[in-house]
Parts: sequence; C-alpha cells; structure tokens
Amino acid sequence: MSADRFWRHATLWPAILLFVALTILPLANLLALSFNDVEWVNRTPVWNWVGVSNYQKLPDDNLLRAGLLNTVIFAVAAVAIQMLIGFILALLTTQITRGRSFYRTIFILPILVPGIIIGAIWKLMYSYDFGVLNQVLGFLGISALDWLGSPNLALLSVIIVDVWHWTPFCFLLLLAGLESLPDDIFEAARIDGATGWQILRDITLPLMMPAIIVTFVFRMILAFKVFDEIYLLTGGGPGTATEVISFTIYRRFFTEDQSGYGAAMSIAVIAIIAAMIIVATRATAGRGSKV
Amino acid sequence: MSERLRSADLLRHAVLFTFAVIVLFPFLWIVMAAFKTQIDLLMGRFFFQPNLTGFVDVIFDKTSDFGRNFMNSMIVGIGSTILVLVVATLAAFSLYRLQWPGWVLHSLLGWSVIFHMVPPITLAGAWYTMMRSVGLDNTYTGLILAHATLNLPMALWMMGVFIRDVPKELVEAAQIDGANVPNILWNVVLPIVRPGIAATSILTFVFSWNEFPVALVLTQRQTATVPLGIGKYAQENTIAFTEMAAASTLSIVPALILLVFAQKLIVRGLVSGAVK
Repeated sequence: MSADRFWRHATLWPAILLFVALTILPLANLLALSFNDVEWVNRTPVWNWVGVSNYQKLPDDNLLRAGLLNTVIFAVAAVAIQMLIGFILALLTTQITRGRSFYRTIFILPILVPGIIIGAIWKLMYSYDFGVLNQVLGFLGISALDWLGSPNLALLSVIIVDVWHWTPFCFLLLLAGLESLPDDIFEAARIDGATGWQILRDITLPLMMPAIIVTFVFRMILAFKVFDEIYLLTGGGPGTATEVISFTIYRRFFTEDQSGYGAAMSIAVIAIIAAMIIVATRATAGRGSKV
Repeated sequence: MSERLRSADLLRHAVLFTFAVIVLFPFLWIVMAAFKTQIDLLMGRFFFQPNLTGFVDVIFDKTSDFGRNFMNSMIVGIGSTILVLVVATLAAFSLYRLQWPGWVLHSLLGWSVIFHMVPPITLAGAWYTMMRSVGLDNTYTGLILAHATLNLPMALWMMGVFIRDVPKELVEAAQIDGANVPNILWNVVLPIVRPGIAATSILTFVFSWNEFPVALVLTQRQTATVPLGIGKYAQENTIAFTEMAAASTLSIVPALILLVFAQKLIVRGLVSGAVK
C-alpha cells in the first residue's frame, strides 16, 4: 500500500511542479512587479515601489483602449463568421456520401501551419502594388485597395485572414458534433414529413447547442490571444487600427521597457479574462457543455 | 426524385469544392511565389520561369539563419513534446485511475483551463525576468520548459480522455494480480492508449513549431525558431518577398508530412482536445 501511495504522488507531482514553477510563480512575480517601476542599473534591474500608480495609469492609456476595443471587434466578428460558414460546410459534408475525408484533410491544413506563415502568405496577397487580390480587382475594373495600409480597411483585412485561417477548425469540431448525433431521430422526423428547414431548426440546432457553445468558447479564447498574424501583417497599424491587446502588452513591456506598467496591464487582462470565464460558465452551466 | 437528389448532391459538392479551393489557393500562391524571381514577383506575373534563387538564398546564403532556425525548432519541438507527453500521461493516469480526491482533480484541471485562456504574452514578461535571473533566457531549456507549460493543459485533457477510455476492470485486475503502478502503466495502459499518445505528440509538436510570441521574448539569434526567422524577412525595411516565400514554403513541409500520414489522428486529437 505504501508503495502505491508513493507512486500516486510520483505520477502527479511533475505536472504540479511544472504548473507551480511556470504559471503560479510567474503570476506572483508579475503581481509584485506591477507595483514597481523597474530601472536598469549596471544591467541589473532595480525595483522601485510605486504602489498602485501603474494601475491608475491604465484607464488613460489610449493604446490600451484601442487594443481592447479592436480585440473585442476582431474576436466577435471573426468568430461569428467562422461559426456560420463552418456550420454550413459541416452540414453539407454530412449530407454527401463520398469525399468526406478528402475535404477534412484539406480543411485541417491551415490549422497546422504557423500563424506567422499565414501572415506571410496574406501579406503577399494583400500587397498594394502586386498582390493577387488587387490584380483580381483590376481585372474586374475596380480600383486597387490598400488592404493593410488604410485605417478603415486594415482591421477588416485582418478579420478576413482569421476567417480563412480558423473556419476549418469550427468546421471540424461542428462536423464531429453532427456526426455524433443519433440517426433515428432524423429518420423519424423525415417519416413524419418534416421539411429540411424544420429538421434543422427544431432538431439539429437544439441537439448541436453544446457542440456550438464549446466551439464558440474555444475560438473566442484563441481569438483573444491573436498576435502572430497581426505582428506580420500590420504591426498593429496603421495608427492603432489593428492594435490588439497582446500587442499592447508586448509593446509596453518589451519594446518600451516599461515592465512594471506592462505587468499591471497583464494582471488587468488576466482579471478581465477570469471575469469572462466566470460569467461564461454561469451562463452555460447546465447546458451539458464542459469546457 | 432521384434526378433532384443528384442535382442537390452536385450542388453540395460544388460548394465544398469551392471552399477547398479557397483554402488551398493561398498555399499554392506562396509556393509559386517561392519559385519566382524578385522581378517576376514584384511585377505580379502569373506566368514565369521557375527559379530556385529564393530557396538557395534561404538555405545556403551565409547571412541566412534559416538552417539554424529549423534545427532550433526541431530541438525545442521534440524536447518539449517529450517532456509534455511524459508529464501529462503520468498526471492523467494518476488523476483518473489512482483515486485522488475530487478537489485535486478539479483544481488541477480548473487551473489548466484558466491558464490556457490567458494570452501567453501576459506571462512571457514574467518568464523572461525569471529565466534571466537563473540564466535560462536564450537557452533551449528555457524555451522547452515554456512550450511544455503552454501545451500541458491540452495534453492533459487529451491524455485524460484516452486514459478514461481504458476499461477500469483491466487496471483493477492487474492491481489484484499484484502489479505495481509502473507495471500497470507500462504493460496495461500505454499499449491501449498508443493512438492517443501519437495524436497528443503530433499536436504538441505542431503547436511548439508554430509558437511565436514566447519564442520572440525568450530567444536571441542563436536560439531563434522558424517563425522568428520568417518574421525577420518581413520586418526589415525592404521586405525580402522571395526569401520570405521560400522560407515559408519550406516551413510548411513538416505540417504536410504529418497531414499525409496522420490525418485521422490529428482530427481525433483536435476534437478531443477541444470538446473533451
């Protein structure tokens, strides 16, 4: 028995240690750092206690405001479009008999490719002077668009890239959900003479709710973390048109070397996300979804 | 009736095929760009004489770091995958088969959910200062530890799903026969969850290969990974489009190879990692 006790602990502790060392400790470090300003003296950091003044600066930070606002717009718009297209494609795929694995294989490809390369691909295609998109517009007799350089268009261009990148992920999860629905309910409905639309509205959608919620939440989380594509496509510009929250933190903490202030910003973002998690779990509790 | 069914089917295939083309076209475009000369590329020519200068520059040019980036990504990817897999498999087995009280399971899984939702860049600053103070910044060990931590939540859920599918009776029977924990894990559980291990390792490796912001913060030139190499081509004053395209094309190859050999495993992994 005592040997079992030993192994029980020996198997779990590596995970606990990794979590403590690389998430709990850094979080504590970050929290402490957020009450300080860091000065570099002879290449060593010197912490000066400044109380809550780093937090007091947050509401006046225009970059942070733009970052938060753009992140929300980006995440909501991109994820909504992805869910809609992904669901339609998944429905179509369940209705065909041949070629399912062909489409599935092709649709996984964007998920496996580094975000930075997705950015590189689209930077090439969005180029004002020689990008393929403007060439197509020219062919149609429409004047070229400055996809990434125009303040009004840049965020939309970034959303388009994200939709291209992640619609396949929604497709895969929703397809898995659709394939796991019991067949007999649909057969019974069809025998009773229900139309395709009625089946979709009254049977498929309600049954798919847990899968839809899980996919939605999962995508929202990923969308809030967006960094790589934007780093390569626009660098947050022009102006603050595509500034997102990860970018603001990176800028304040590393580029501008304001680590105390950047730490306060990180803690604030973590708090906001924690609050959203609590609200989301309350809202979806009892819906049968476990995220 | 069958006529109508057939035309509906044709329409479905047409829509799906169109989307498949939309998904594939950008990849095709960057591969084509990689084979163009800078002039063909900047003139936006559709027809061109395929040319290898982009690839030659990326692979052989003395100022190019791409070979080193590739090696670094391999080392960090394989290192963090092995670490994550060992830690996650042990922990998942422990949590689901060795009778821990509920609060242990829930707090560990709960914390991994919360940690998974936080943008990595929020913690990267703390990682940087901590690793700097113990001399792990700009080392493989530092980045391997960071990538392992980032991927641990997903690996824990995936291995948890696969280990819960192992019949309890098998484990109990082995316990009654007097097998100890390492024996049960090695001889009973691991052979059954082999597909799960494959799926988890593929996804962990891919996510480490793809990871950008943390590598950006924790590495310098000697330890920079592939995404950083690509980022550099685009960040200089004049973008080296041909080289960027060639390097991107080369970096997609591992994903393509995995896709061809393990399409089903990847789908299963993505679905069980997300839906749990």
